[in-house]
Amino acid sequence: MDATIATLRRNSLDVAAARRRCLGYRRRILDISQQVGALHIAPAFSCTEITDILYNNLMRRETDGGYRDVFLMSKGHGCMIQYVILEEQGVLSRSDLDAYCKPNGRLGAHPDYETPGIAASTGSLGHGLGMATGQAYAEKLKNSDVLIYCVLSDGEFQEGSTWEAMMMAANLKLDNLIAFMDFNDFGGLERMSDGHPAFYPLVPKAESFGWEAVEVDGHDEAAMHEAVMARRGGRPMLLVCRTVKGKGISFMENVPIWHYRSPNKEEYIQGLKELASAPL
Amino acid sequence: MRNRFADTFYELGKADPRLCVVVADISPAGSIAKFRNEFPRRFVNTGVSEQIMIGMTAGMAQRGLKPFAYTIATFTLYRPFEMVRDDLCYQNLPVTVVGIGGGVTYSTLGATHHAQEDVAIASAIPNLSVVAPCDPSEVEAATRWCAAQDQGPVYLRLGKAGEPDLSKAALDPWVFGKVRRLREGRDVCILSYGPIMKRAFALAERFEASGKSAAIVSVHTLKPLDREGLARILQTYAHVVVIEECAPNGSLAMRVKELAWDTDVTCRIDAFTLKDAFIHCYGSHDDILDAHGLGVSELTARLGLQ
Ligand SMILES: Cc1ncc(C[n+]2csc(CCOP(=O)(O)OP(=O)(O)O)c2C)c(N)n1
Repeated sequence: MDATIATLRRNSLDVAAARRRCLGYRRRILDISQQVGALHIAPAFSCTEITDILYNNLMRRETDGGYRDVFLMSKGHGCMIQYVILEEQGVLSRSDLDAYCKPNGRLGAHPDYETPGIAASTGSLGHGLGMATGQAYAEKLKNSDVLIYCVLSDGEFQEGSTWEAMMMAANLKLDNLIAFMDFNDFGGLERMSDGHPAFYPLVPKAESFGWEAVEVDGHDEAAMHEAVMARRGGRPMLLVCRTVKGKGISFMENVPIWHYRSPNKEEYIQGLKELASAPL
Repeated sequence: MRNRFADTFYELGKADPRLCVVVADISPAGSIAKFRNEFPRRFVNTGVSEQIMIGMTAGMAQRGLKPFAYTIATFTLYRPFEMVRDDLCYQNLPVTVVGIGGGVTYSTLGATHHAQEDVAIASAIPNLSVVAPCDPSEVEAATRWCAAQDQGPVYLRLGKAGEPDLSKAALDPWVFGKVRRLREGRDVCILSYGPIMKRAFALAERFEASGKSAAIVSVHTLKPLDREGLARILQTYAHVVVIEECAPNGSLAMRVKELAWDTDVTCRIDAFTLKDAFIHCYGSHDDILDAHGLGVSELTARLGLQ
């Protein structure tokens, strides 16, 4: 078995604990939404489980507790979920999050490379996979076993630059690169399947570009875990993760305005109620 | 500004079937949504794909249409830069590239969304006209001009929404390529453009408070620059202040100083631009302007006013 794949074997996943964590993250993001005028809630809720499984299960740690593998948030506007997880891990502090988007804070609506835990400055869509390809190649040159995990939105797969990276990563046989597509079928404006039917099918496109690709439920951590564990290797892998934009709060699910809007007091309370009664 | 652009475009679009709008996954403001419903084939959303947004507008113009490309300023100009340069400017096609959130308007979104060098970069490309209105009524005039002209490509740089009307008392009409006096004054002349014009007005008040009468001029057309009009100002006033939301290299400030040298004038010139730096902090538009050293009190101090 390929060494990089062998190092992927990990403790099995505690699905109930993951659900509890994700509810907590969504609650924390709702709380933060009450201190600023706007933040990308629905994009963060869409990739909550993806980000959770990476930080809390798939990514390996060094003996000092720091992460050995790399998490690169290509869909920069989804960074709120990354911030709250980094807060829980003690990489960012509570005061960092309290100062989110404020004049003396260091956290803005997009991740900034200077910040602890942030692998690249993103926010302009379609840059992440190129940088992740460079990072994965660098690890190869260094003969390291570090894995580069990259989370992209489906919208980013409308950018030509993402497909340039797809081709190059396959050319370089970067089996240390694993990308997760947060496939919620929404951009900022409309459903992709309505406006851009030629966007589909996704798995065969990625395969024809030389990637190993598989479609999974992006809110089902067990399914994502299994998919990564079943990886054949020898080339980069893409998980096309079926998700719901705004997942977890009924009135936000698949409703475009929640791409970039903070709930008012009533909506906030309603949201908290829904999270409180969500099945574990 | 966004809404006035949309209203004006809708009205013009009803009358001129050649007008089209191509967006890259950006929700169209107010009346553009109306335009989209009424003329669905003349509204194209390319998705998150800015290069094809610009490429398509070039092709549409080559076949006789009058397209406007429309998204956030960094994504209309920087992302598809070579398409703007080669497809639109090299071929000199009458396409309007609309950038919303010019300068550092999108304050909390960070540097990826700060078009802090947009005017300088756009001004460097041959054939590209650069227009940066300061308020909704200038937006309307500029949009009308863009829709009517067929001389070549234009970068139309807008703010976002809610800008005050600053040109109500203007002494001159809006004319493409001509500076425009917004307020009369004898001792000092303040040159500005775009949403930061609000700070030009604040500075003018500070000048008045210290007994100096300050004129304000909107340099809404950055390219072609009204060298004659600016030279007249440099000759008339003993003190000229430039305040703008653009990085220093290639700024209006730099070009005004160059013009002063070329025309042998000796007036005092104070130039205030954004810093040549990425700012790693957040907050409101005003907070970011302050972080760039453009706070009104800081400027007042730098000008030696109370
Ligand atoms: C290059 C670029 N173009 C446009 C934007 C503006 N923008 C921010 S988010 C977004 C689309 C959101 O859809 P998607 O990328 O699929 O993300 P998700 O649905 O997961 O939020 C757009 C167009 C951007 N950030 N970068």
